[in-house]
Amino acid sequence: MTSPALPTEASGGWRALARAYAGSALALGGLALLLLIVAAALAAPWIAPQNPYDLATLDIMDSRLPPGSPSADGTLTYLLGTDGQGRDMLSAILHGLRISVAVGFSATLLALALGMSLGLVAGYAGGRVDAFVMRAVDIQMSFPAILTAMILLALFGQGTDKIVIALVASQWAYYARTTRGAALVEGRREYIEAARLLGLSTPRILFRHLLPNCLPPLIVVAALQVAAAIALEATLSFLGLGLPVTEPSLGLLIANGFQYLYSGRYWMSVFPGVALLLTIVALNLVADRLREILNPRLQPQ
Amino acid sequence: MTLFLLRRLLQAAQVLFVMSLLVFVGVYAIGNPLDMLVDPQATAADTARVAAALGLDQPLWVQYWRFLANALQGDLGISFLHGTPALHLIVQRLPATLELAVSALLIAVLLGIPLGLWAGLRPDSFGGRTVMAGSILGFSLPTFWVGLMLIMLFSVHLGWLPSGGRGPTREFLGLEWSLLAPGGWRHLLLPAVNLALFKLALVIRLTQSGTREALLQDYMRFARAKGLPARRIVGVHVLKNIMIPVVTVVGLEFGTLIAFSVVTESIFAWPGIGKLLLDSITQLDRPVVVAYLLLIVFIYTLISLAVDLIYAALDPRVRLAGGQAA
Repeated sequence: MTSPALPTEASGGWRALARAYAGSALALGGLALLLLIVAAALAAPWIAPQNPYDLATLDIMDSRLPPGSPSADGTLTYLLGTDGQGRDMLSAILHGLRISVAVGFSATLLALALGMSLGLVAGYAGGRVDAFVMRAVDIQMSFPAILTAMILLALFGQGTDKIVIALVASQWAYYARTTRGAALVEGRREYIEAARLLGLSTPRILFRHLLPNCLPPLIVVAALQVAAAIALEATLSFLGLGLPVTEPSLGLLIANGFQYLYSGRYWMSVFPGVALLLTIVALNLVADRLREILNPRLQPQ
Repeated sequence: MTLFLLRRLLQAAQVLFVMSLLVFVGVYAIGNPLDMLVDPQATAADTARVAAALGLDQPLWVQYWRFLANALQGDLGISFLHGTPALHLIVQRLPATLELAVSALLIAVLLGIPLGLWAGLRPDSFGGRTVMAGSILGFSLPTFWVGLMLIMLFSVHLGWLPSGGRGPTREFLGLEWSLLAPGGWRHLLLPAVNLALFKLALVIRLTQSGTREALLQDYMRFARAKGLPARRIVGVHVLKNIMIPVVTVVGLEFGTLIAFSVVTESIFAWPGIGKLLLDSITQLDRPVVVAYLLLIVFIYTLISLAVDLIYAALDPRVRLAGGQAA
């Protein structure tokens, strides 16, 4: 699966990868947008004009103001309007983005770690271990992620940790299957045979020799799955199954604004929606470009 | 072929059994439905009487055994809230969901294959790039958000289409259909488009990448060298080879459509099983949740069986491998 664009010598390989990536202006734009969003999410408590969770700073006189209105005490301009409780939408979105991005990335990393280890072991060990893991993968993947997540959240109730568990449970199988496929191919190569003959320990072979060569397809899957995780979390929170009201992610902000949509107060759900959208589109642009440059099947022979 | 079918059926029955156990144990661990059903001021004796009437005082395995025995006779329990059989509640609402899902699937396939083919044949043209960029968008936009935008644009802003509900229906073959009633399509259109968008993007991407890969194959070069007209090359040689992944995914995704209809139904207040599930989860109506999940598993199992069979019909290589294994 190792493509010519990604030789094992790390520095030269990464540079070649970066050069190949920069071939598409759209993909570069996506990467810039993604970095901006992540930076905004990380810096939310410092750059937000208001602390949206501090009820003392909210003024009910300011509720449902359209974008650009000044606050009642004149200290602040609500660039994106306010919600039903007089909360500044821009601040709420920045904090919501922080929660959505944190949940999406942590769920993806955990699912990646779990799925990758299982897939690596299954592909390398083969036999009964492989059959068992892949059976579990098949059953898991025959159910849509949203169904798995809904069942688990129905069981556990709401909470940040619970939604991360639900996301991991609905996504680990993708990594396991991808890693296992790559491990099967790479495991038969001579360098693995050589490593085994040198008497290296199995964990060392697995993680130092096999894993780096299975990475390209995993990177693509992970990039796509971060976007999927963020979208799924937003959907579940929108349905009222995800995060609790005390930690409003973008999905919950959109749900809260939904009731005002019919009366034309669009900003309460449209702006958080735009933030969610930009995040997901940026991630997908990056993932799509990575797939193009890492997929050996699309490269000229 | 018969052996293959028998083995697939046995496998399906196994999956159903395991899932029924998982779902039952899982769902019956949610909260305590007695808190919801019994007046908080009721005495302990009253509470116990209700628990006994619903069979909730029995140990979990007795409850499961009774549940399984009943399930095999088509009885999936009585809804705690409605007092009617859970399966009946679901079957009553199933046609609405199926009509929505089938409409969405048709939209996705009838638009997606031509668009994907077009983009695959001209990957570097402006039109091809636009279609693919649009498909990334359709792929990445969350369903619920697109639903909100559709309501905002077509219902609130333009006032062309209703924002929710199923509207008028007409009875045909004992079921209610929106499409047959005058004006029923107006209620169906927005939810169906909403549900279709994700699959539409998927079909476009599959068709496009399949076409691009097919064009690089040797048989394409031979077909061209033979002087076949472009229409025949695309219509027969390309289309035939990309149909397998498309049929598989479209088939398997039909189950996903039904699962995802939870989102669309809750936004458009469409009275299908998805909305029923959501209401049942929040109201701890366990028999309905269990019945829904089992029904979905059942539909899924049926679909993957059907996909396997269609697969064998479309691809001689699969038929050969299946024959050897059997």
